[in-house]
Amino acid sequence: MSTEFIIAAIVTIVGLTTPILLAALGELVVEKAGVLNLGVEGMMLMGAICGFGATVSTFNPWIGILGAAAGGALSSMLFAVLVLELNSNQVATGLALTIFGTGLSSLMGLSYVGFIAPVFGSIFPASLASDPYLKVIFGYSPIVYFALAMVPIVAWFLKSTRAGMILRAVGENDLSAHSIGYSVKGVRYAAIAFGGAMAGIGGAYFSMVITPMWAEKMTAGRGWIALALVVFAGWRAGRLLVGAYFFGILMALELYAKAAGFSFLPSQFWAAMPYLMTVVALSVISMRDRSGGNAPACLGKPFLPST
Amino acid sequence: MRIKLEKRPEPSTLMAFATPIASVLLTMAIGVVVFDALGIKGEKAVIDIFLTPLLSSYKWQDVAVKAAPLIIIALGLSIGNRAQVWNIGAEGQYVIGALAAAGVGIAAGGAGGGLIITLMILAGILGGTFWAMFPAFLKTRLNVNEILTSLMLTYVALQVLGYLVGGPWKDPNGRNFPATAPLQPDQTLPILFPGTTVHLGVAIAVVLPFVFWLIMSRSVFGFQIRVVGSAPDAARHGGFDAKQTIWLSLLIGGGMAGLAGALEFAGSLKAINLGFPSGYGFTAIIVSFLGRLNPIGCLIAGIVLAVTYVGGQVAQTTVHIPNSTAGIFQAMMLFFILASDILIRYRVRFVGSPKAAPIPAAGE
Repeated sequence: MSTEFIIAAIVTIVGLTTPILLAALGELVVEKAGVLNLGVEGMMLMGAICGFGATVSTFNPWIGILGAAAGGALSSMLFAVLVLELNSNQVATGLALTIFGTGLSSLMGLSYVGFIAPVFGSIFPASLASDPYLKVIFGYSPIVYFALAMVPIVAWFLKSTRAGMILRAVGENDLSAHSIGYSVKGVRYAAIAFGGAMAGIGGAYFSMVITPMWAEKMTAGRGWIALALVVFAGWRAGRLLVGAYFFGILMALELYAKAAGFSFLPSQFWAAMPYLMTVVALSVISMRDRSGGNAPACLGKPFLPST
Repeated sequence: MRIKLEKRPEPSTLMAFATPIASVLLTMAIGVVVFDALGIKGEKAVIDIFLTPLLSSYKWQDVAVKAAPLIIIALGLSIGNRAQVWNIGAEGQYVIGALAAAGVGIAAGGAGGGLIITLMILAGILGGTFWAMFPAFLKTRLNVNEILTSLMLTYVALQVLGYLVGGPWKDPNGRNFPATAPLQPDQTLPILFPGTTVHLGVAIAVVLPFVFWLIMSRSVFGFQIRVVGSAPDAARHGGFDAKQTIWLSLLIGGGMAGLAGALEFAGSLKAINLGFPSGYGFTAIIVSFLGRLNPIGCLIAGIVLAVTYVGGQVAQTTVHIPNSTAGIFQAMMLFFILASDILIRYRVRFVGSPKAAPIPAAGE
């Protein structure tokens, strides 16, 4: 294998990993606050179309990214109001958000079919970003560095900040947090909005970086992989990074399988691989932590204070 | 004045009936507003989506044929949803069921007749059950989240379909198009009314809800499912096995989805191509909730959702909205029905200003 091939493979893997890493980091914070939002796929699609629309309208991908975050966060508020104010079932409401986001993004995207979005310039000097070797470090979209930077930030926030500790308290024991005087609903609204924004940016990676075009359902189920990733990572940001790259490599395998001479297996086998491996990975993780591992104690449960 | 929620001593039956109807009406009303905002004739779009299929008799057969798989899948899913076992992989089980039926058809060569058709339907049920076995096994043995595994296996099922119709099962006379060879005329389900597309599967979809209703309301199994869902602790003390409930919920859900796939294949489409998975497995989740997890409710809700599918196609040509718009309406219905759940268990009270409230007695 030549160096060029390895560099190309790494660039591909980073590209495939970034959207699921972003969405999973957002969902991690949501779940740490005790809420299970299965709407990740829908929020990603809303982010993809809002980011794309904002970029095409303003010719500025930076505004596009803000649009993507806003699109994801706004759509997550639909979910938030239902589960926090009306105590609706979180599983069903999250599913509804995914179906809704899929439909609404298709409708909104109608007027953008065929457009090509202006892409991000590199944040590094061209001599670094375009260098055939150094591009493996400097040649990515700013979203990639943002995603990587968010891993330690989220880990630090959850572990070492006061706000993070309150958030974890809300997720572990909402009634106690409530009785001490913390706003359980407020914390959860904020967490859900953050999760929506991150999923939105993750979705926008598809429409603004991978192919700077809009296509229906272009996130292709990656939102669900992000959800699995959070479980796989045992609700830890650091392990999320490892898990995301593990899945990124699996997805790259599909693309490289033929090139590398694996054509004795049908291409569908490689396409099914990330999903199959998700099942296997979840099983292995569950075998290790029989009791449910580090899942926040209040995950998915309605908050019913007596007063 | 503020709004206060008061827990009802008994869940409200009135609300259980009224809220699904209100959800559909609210969805229509909001649809008009949203479409107008998007620059589409809102009233026309909503009328075409929700009413045209009901008002024009030539659309009835389309509604019936579309409703059949939705009803059948939703019946199975309702059992799981009631027991809080979340099978969201019905789409994959539906696909595998159809593929199993197609396998029987291919194995039979050109042979047809009642026996072959029966075998195809049974294979469909077994195929769907088989695909649901994995989430059930992993959930009961290793406590793996069934939401994620059932969904992941849907993506795997789609690849299995892609492999089979593009490879070993590809129609040799199909001009290299990835699809199975069409069924022989005597391998397809009988048509109930000559000259229409209404096949045996529609009759099954009408009868099954009553069978499920009998089982759910009259048998120990039905009782078990209801208790496990609403009071898991009581169920444990009552000796109901949680693992058994998980197995049964998932296998019945998978079996019904597989049955729906086989019927759709043998009754309606007659060949499987890459477009076979059409999202029925996901829409059936909405049907199940809109039908309040009740078998007869699923029958009615299945027809409502089928109307939006057929109406969505009508609106596609009349007001030029994309096919996916039906999905927005379907999701809105689900949002409303979930939001209104609270009205069944709680009473909404409008309370006067805090001053007017009685001052609690000392020592209270």
